[in-house]
Amino acid sequence: MQEPARRGAARWWRVASIALVAIALIGCQKQVAGDHPECIAPAKPGGGYDLTCRLLANGLQKTGLMTTPMIVSYMPGGIGAVAYNHVNATRDHDGDLVVAASTGAAVNLALGKFGSYDADAVRWLGAFAADYGVLVVAADSPYKTLSDLVAALKKDPGSVVAGAGGSIGSQDWMKIALVAKRAAGVAPKDLRFVSYEGGGEAMGSLLGHHIDVFTGDASEMAGHIGSGKIRVLAILADQRLGGVYSDIPTAKEQGYDIEWPTWRGFYMGPNVTDANYETWVARLKKLAATDQFKTMRTKQGLFPEARFGADFDDYVVNQAHEFEALARQVGLK
Amino acid sequence: MFDFMIHGFDVALTPLNLGLALCGAILGTFFGALPGIGPINGIAILMPLAYTLGLPAESALILLAGIYTGAEYGGRMSSILLNVPGDAGAVMTTLDGHPLAKKGLAGPALGLSAVASFVGATIAIIGLTLFAPLLARVAVMFGPAEFFALMIFAFASMSVMMGSDPLKTGIAAVLGVMIAMIGVDSSTGVLRYTFDMPELYDGIDFVVLIIGLFAVSEILLMLEQAARDGVTDMPAVGRVFVKFKEVIACRGAILRSGFMGFVIGTLPGTGASVASAVAYTTEKRINDREGTFGEGDMRGLAAPEAANNASAVGSFVPLLTLGIPGSGTTAVLLGALMLYNITPGPMMFSERPEVAGGLIASLYIGNVVLLLLNLPLAGLFAKVLTIPRWVLVPFVALLAFVGVYQLHSDPIAIYTMLAVGVFGYVLRKFGFSLAPVILGYVLGGLAEVNLRRALAISGGSPDVLWASGISIGLYIAAVALLVAPWLIGRLRPRKYAD
Repeated sequence: MQEPARRGAARWWRVASIALVAIALIGCQKQVAGDHPECIAPAKPGGGYDLTCRLLANGLQKTGLMTTPMIVSYMPGGIGAVAYNHVNATRDHDGDLVVAASTGAAVNLALGKFGSYDADAVRWLGAFAADYGVLVVAADSPYKTLSDLVAALKKDPGSVVAGAGGSIGSQDWMKIALVAKRAAGVAPKDLRFVSYEGGGEAMGSLLGHHIDVFTGDASEMAGHIGSGKIRVLAILADQRLGGVYSDIPTAKEQGYDIEWPTWRGFYMGPNVTDANYETWVARLKKLAATDQFKTMRTKQGLFPEARFGADFDDYVVNQAHEFEALARQVGLK
Repeated sequence: MFDFMIHGFDVALTPLNLGLALCGAILGTFFGALPGIGPINGIAILMPLAYTLGLPAESALILLAGIYTGAEYGGRMSSILLNVPGDAGAVMTTLDGHPLAKKGLAGPALGLSAVASFVGATIAIIGLTLFAPLLARVAVMFGPAEFFALMIFAFASMSVMMGSDPLKTGIAAVLGVMIAMIGVDSSTGVLRYTFDMPELYDGIDFVVLIIGLFAVSEILLMLEQAARDGVTDMPAVGRVFVKFKEVIACRGAILRSGFMGFVIGTLPGTGASVASAVAYTTEKRINDREGTFGEGDMRGLAAPEAANNASAVGSFVPLLTLGIPGSGTTAVLLGALMLYNITPGPMMFSERPEVAGGLIASLYIGNVVLLLLNLPLAGLFAKVLTIPRWVLVPFVALLAFVGVYQLHSDPIAIYTMLAVGVFGYVLRKFGFSLAPVILGYVLGGLAEVNLRRALAISGGSPDVLWASGISIGLYIAAVALLVAPWLIGRLRPRKYAD
């Protein structure tokens, strides 16, 4: 009784599936042909790299610097390691592909976490935004200033529990390690450090008094400043930041030479032509200078930064070398 | 005090926002129903669209929240119809949902689970409206040590799933824990079982694991069956609608699970998968006197569905009150809010009441919309089973392949999925059930991470693990769960002679 209907349905579905496969294949073809510029966020959707790519894609579209919309795709794995290897191995000459990166990539390159490739394996394009490290405690914490924290660390490095979204050896750990090493003069390996699945979880642990210090980034603090629940002991920038952050002292002001800026930028494959590379450098430079982009950047809680082209390339390679020395210094390598 | 809610309904009931809630609910249902595409991807795909369309913040949030809750509704469909969970929260739904479909009860199963989802979500939304600030305070009291205790409790509650073959369930759970260990160790950054392959640094992705274990192994089983004795189709779909009596029979399961799901959802770091697992195992313990759970018991279907929807809503509590995302999906939502220069947190209710109130009001509306949408659709979707399985399952697999590739932009993810699928096929051939593998993976991973964090806080001293009343209470509950059935069996005079 049901047979004819079922056969009809089967035929319909067969046609539909073939059509879908065809569409999918055409879609793939398009992606391979690369007639759309693409930004790889080397992470899952929603994180900082996603934000960096979107800032670029939306910015280029809004300012009219590029007419074809940019595709944002995701390639999670090893905080960027998978994408770094992928670009070096298979998409090394794709002139329409940029990959989001940050200071974190330089740290991981320094620690050898990006496999066999070095910092100079790719063409660093530029950085158009920055964030700054912060040291945050709960409002009722005994540490009123950075000096209180340093004194406590000096007395007993194990008495302070710090935590953040990164693991031991990550940028977030480096911040407290620098405080231990440079300010308190104690060995960073004696520190207690708890790593969470992202800044949000660590912030929750701080509010619940499970950790004493949260070593996050300034952009994460925008909604918490003024809530009366936390106190930012220091901002790790060379000078005070504006807006809601204007009341927060830098570490420098308090007598400690500790800075931790985090740039957000991009790299391209190693065998991209000079013409393609220069086009992108120019595009990025132009974008970073527009008012529209500056508004978008502020909206995301990020701060100005402008390093492009060969300048930036040198900067990142040097930074990776510096981090390598630092890693040795603090006992990571 | 509830001014923000009145204001919220004002916002949510404008034609634009109503339309967006509807649109989000429908899209979310589809994202949830397609294996490999969950709420996270759905929101990530639509977030830039909402932004480019120039929607105001509250409208964008209403759309995205609709997708989130809709996905929890949709996830059950392929669980019930195909034994392939549509998303993470729907793994437990396969246990009783698919057997029901095999009995020809796909329609009632879809209808019942829609009602269960509705009630679970409603409990949670009311809880969110009334108790959000209070619950936020409780949620931050859960530190790593308390989470570890919670995971021990969850493992203990899993013991009911051991059923007829405790050894195989145990082995399956341990396999899951082992899979969870692959990748960068989150505390120290040490690489574990990665064999120098950067693709394995982040471990085996949850979606890849679910699709591989369930969908790919299902296809392999079907191939084998087809080669042996031709393709057998599902039984004809009988009754399409769920009876009121059936819903009433599940009331206890639905209400309890909705409540539990909400509470677990409010804890940052535990999602719909943990909530539905705890709810299912609790119901099995309370209700499974005849051993019908796992063979198509309506209560076994209602419990995880009520819990996963409640937990999705619960995860808004820490997001809205503390600015801390309670789940992966709310983490993406947090990013969406940042785009609008709104930082959720303690000040949001006073500074941007139209956003907080509008969102909560839209959850009420979206939930009703989803029920109205899903009840009639139950009959329609049940008809999917009339499509021959040799078309349907490969078609779903194709979608899964596309979904997984889109997630990783890397063919390695697809190879991993296939390898996991073969592994799942072998497990099934040896009579292992797959749900304990998933639970071992989720709970084991969380237990390890939180144990390490707790010990990092204490500097290595294990005392921290039983330092708080919450932890001790959870351990006692865990022991009680393990001992109670045995104790009750000893104390209660036997009614029936064996």
